[in-house]
Amino acid sequence: MPAIDLSKAPQPAATNPEQIRNFCIIAHIDHGKSTLADRMLGITGVVEARNMRAQYLDRMDIERERGITIKSQAVRLPWKSALDGKEYILNMIDTPGHVDFTYEVSRSLAACEGAILLVDCAQGIEAQTLANLYLAMENNLTVIPVLNKIDLPSAQPDKFAIELSKLVGCKPEDCLRVSGKSGIGVEELLDQIIAQIPPPKGNPQGPARALIFDSVYDTYRGVVTYVRVFDGHLSPREQIQMFSTGVKHELLDIGVISPEPVSSKGLGVGEVGYLITGVKDVRQSRVGDTVTTFHKPALEALSGYKDPKPMVFSGLFPIDGDQYPLLRDALDKLQLNDAALVYEPENSAALGFGFRCGFLGLLHMEIVRERLEREFDLTLISTAPNVVYTVTTESGQELIVTNPSEYPNGKVAQVREPIVKATILSPTDYIGTIMELCQQRRGALNGMDYLSEDRVEIRYTLPLAEIVFDFFDQLKSRTKGYASLDYEPIGEAEGDLVKVDILLQGETVDAFSSIVHREKAYSYGVMMTSKLRELIPRQQFEVPIQAAIGAKIIARETIRAIRKDVLAKCYGGDISRKRKLLEKQKEGKKRMKMVGRVEVPQEAFIAALSTNADEESGKVKK
Amino acid sequence: MSQRLSFYIHIPYCAKRCGYCDFNTYTPSELKGGDLDSLSSSYIDSALKEIEMAAQIAGSAIVPTIFFGGGTPSLLPAGQLARIINTIKSRFTLDKDIEITLEVNPDSVTQKFLDEIRSAGATRISMGMQSAVGSVLRILDRTHDPENVGNAVSMARAAGFEHVSVDLIYGSPGETMDEWRRSVEYALALDIDHISAYTLIVEKGTKLAAQINRGELTMPPDDQSADKYLLADQLFEAAGFSWYELSNWSKPGGQCRHNIAYWDGSFWLGVGAGAHSYLNGKRWWNVKHPSSYQEKILQGQSPELSHEILTPENLSDEFIMLQIRRREGILHNRLSSAQIAKAEEFLNSGFLDSASWQDMRLVLSRDGRLIADKIVRELVL
Repeated sequence: MPAIDLSKAPQPAATNPEQIRNFCIIAHIDHGKSTLADRMLGITGVVEARNMRAQYLDRMDIERERGITIKSQAVRLPWKSALDGKEYILNMIDTPGHVDFTYEVSRSLAACEGAILLVDCAQGIEAQTLANLYLAMENNLTVIPVLNKIDLPSAQPDKFAIELSKLVGCKPEDCLRVSGKSGIGVEELLDQIIAQIPPPKGNPQGPARALIFDSVYDTYRGVVTYVRVFDGHLSPREQIQMFSTGVKHELLDIGVISPEPVSSKGLGVGEVGYLITGVKDVRQSRVGDTVTTFHKPALEALSGYKDPKPMVFSGLFPIDGDQYPLLRDALDKLQLNDAALVYEPENSAALGFGFRCGFLGLLHMEIVRERLEREFDLTLISTAPNVVYTVTTESGQELIVTNPSEYPNGKVAQVREPIVKATILSPTDYIGTIMELCQQRRGALNGMDYLSEDRVEIRYTLPLAEIVFDFFDQLKSRTKGYASLDYEPIGEAEGDLVKVDILLQGETVDAFSSIVHREKAYSYGVMMTSKLRELIPRQQFEVPIQAAIGAKIIARETIRAIRKDVLAKCYGGDISRKRKLLEKQKEGKKRMKMVGRVEVPQEAFIAALSTNADEESGKVKK
Repeated sequence: MSQRLSFYIHIPYCAKRCGYCDFNTYTPSELKGGDLDSLSSSYIDSALKEIEMAAQIAGSAIVPTIFFGGGTPSLLPAGQLARIINTIKSRFTLDKDIEITLEVNPDSVTQKFLDEIRSAGATRISMGMQSAVGSVLRILDRTHDPENVGNAVSMARAAGFEHVSVDLIYGSPGETMDEWRRSVEYALALDIDHISAYTLIVEKGTKLAAQINRGELTMPPDDQSADKYLLADQLFEAAGFSWYELSNWSKPGGQCRHNIAYWDGSFWLGVGAGAHSYLNGKRWWNVKHPSSYQEKILQGQSPELSHEILTPENLSDEFIMLQIRRREGILHNRLSSAQIAKAEEFLNSGFLDSASWQDMRLVLSRDGRLIADKIVRELVL
């Protein structure tokens, strides 16, 4: 067995960079990344068989259930190569696997010299994997193409070896074939990582520079920061400094993960490990930032740092208004672990007190909402998500609009909306329907390439707002689930956009206002007015429901006045039962919201909004 | 001064169960306890014992009304019902102009029965007519020939009953506006002084509910029932029947004082299986099945199944819920200023009678009666 006795393996802070290999695994969800990682933990002996559990590195329940990685992990694996008989340290950096977390992925890639491109050889490469592969190639990483699940009956390793070799630029026979599940080929893969991926290079005598590729809040230890050291050395009890903020911290603990944290005498060039400084908020330890020492600071930061920028906004409201303080506390706690989550209090006439929250994308939104409900036992209602608009008024004033209610009422000179570069991979059969969908969603075709005879890569520029509105669902249903999507923000473009308001008896219902393309305003108006007509109970007066752009009504429905609401009989034996019903209705009345004179059950708001929410969850669950 | 105490006597027997009915009533075949005569005799024995027990609790009282409901009280021999009247008379003081009402089935009632029960003291007959239209009666699963109702009314008048009422049901599946008008006009042609008209309510567990669930029958929209109510109200008023409760109209002096007792918060004792009682802030109800009821009584136990003690809030909710159904309405001084403000919204929308409002009373207008429950919900908050 080429596993090394852990006590005799090269030790942290005393490992020659020549002996180190840093790599990550690029894979689509369910292509077997976690299983392969588990297998590597087992084969290298860092996790004993009896302690093994599936998806060892995915810590959150939600990660295991959804089969996705939200937070990165880095594991130090000792391994003795069968090719040269020497001992090495492999640092496997697990990367998040979703379009919302592209920036986090890019930082994980920046911490590595090589990447395993892992593809399920029954399914072939997916769009997000392709996007991450391009990202790895831009970062000059050595890419090792690996076909996984070769023991599946439906495996087509030869077919997908050709596809991968074209993408990576190698020969089909250079693609390794493994099964993370049975372990076939995994030892060879470890040997090839050592043979193909170059060792890290850096200046051990220079000022320390370490890249933060993740930071995680831990109730007991505070923020745990994951770093890769590029130059110099970090030692325990040393004063360190964050480049972006200049804030100084003391290193309370430093060490490596193997796969549980082990304190070390420090971290040297090329090493990957964790830092603990006692800070309580991940925003003080931002992904992409450079760590240096206070006494011998580096003059230049490692490149590539960006502030996380929320792309999608939605209002989150507790269904039970009493839960508002709990929601605030829960968001405060989540933010400790999620530097990309932003929120501010919002007061909706329809939904009461809540928070306007900003997210990296739809998956991020869905995960936050699910964690709030699950970990904090809250019941929430969310408004339809929207993107960030830059609105220029006729007076030349520029406004950043993250909530339709902030959209100016007066004349608007220009509205700019975020646009993305989208990549769709699909079997060639669906090219027509995909192009049709993208055209409907105001897309501009940038190009198309055949990955193989029957698979194609289609590239479009699309408004992000169109993707946020059920694009993924539509794509999946039109292609029987075969197409995959990746997108990347590329800036803003002017759009012919308007705000559509929904009015009940002349009163705007803030929760339903939406910024939409002018051509889609009418269908949005018709959809919302007819939905509300079904959902709002009849009142003792007629209630017009209108959709309007400014003062112009574009759609109208009417809830006719209720004419009869009385129980015909009420004699001796009916009185108690009838009064108890009245008491129940009194309780229900507390959950009614008044829009002007119109009484709307909260359930109606939830139903009107949750159809959208269901579509969203469908989107990310795929 | 003695308190006043009405009596409700529940007779839980019917020859046949109607398709829409969910009342606490049983057919002889359901009871498999032999013929109705022997069944009813032992049931009445138990009812008499319950009256004796009640006398212990209630002490002395003046009895202004007695109501025999069901079920079908007219299925029992008049002599059995007379035993009840006599026992109440022996334990309490009957008011000198006592009202004693009896529900009868126009199909089975006989002149002899009516004569006998009139001599036993009954003063008022209430008849289940429901509709004058054969097809509607069939949907309701009623057996009678509409003509029987006329005959039964004549017999009641011949027996000396001054007060005769009929019940009508509107809004049955398939009933047209014209059919409803025919039923109303038929009732108005009878020699009666009181009419109750109810919309058909589909109760869970009935044959009718099953037919609707299976899609065999479709209930008409509420708006149509509203139109039927308005039509009936116009025709009744035009014929000299004034509304005195949402679903009840009478000629002068023809109001049912027993039912008014329910609405104005008076006390009453319910005797028999499943009957409800209300006395001194407590409301209770008996076990439902006639055999378990009789068993309890035989063992010398109270037949009470459960009860509630009404809180001040319960009482004020019930006051509004019941009193608003009446033509007397609610005096302004019984309402808070918030309730007055709320009521003014309804007044301005035409749901309250403006003349009564000037007179410091909240009284529902014709349209308001149709949304009485909605108005109650607004007022009790």
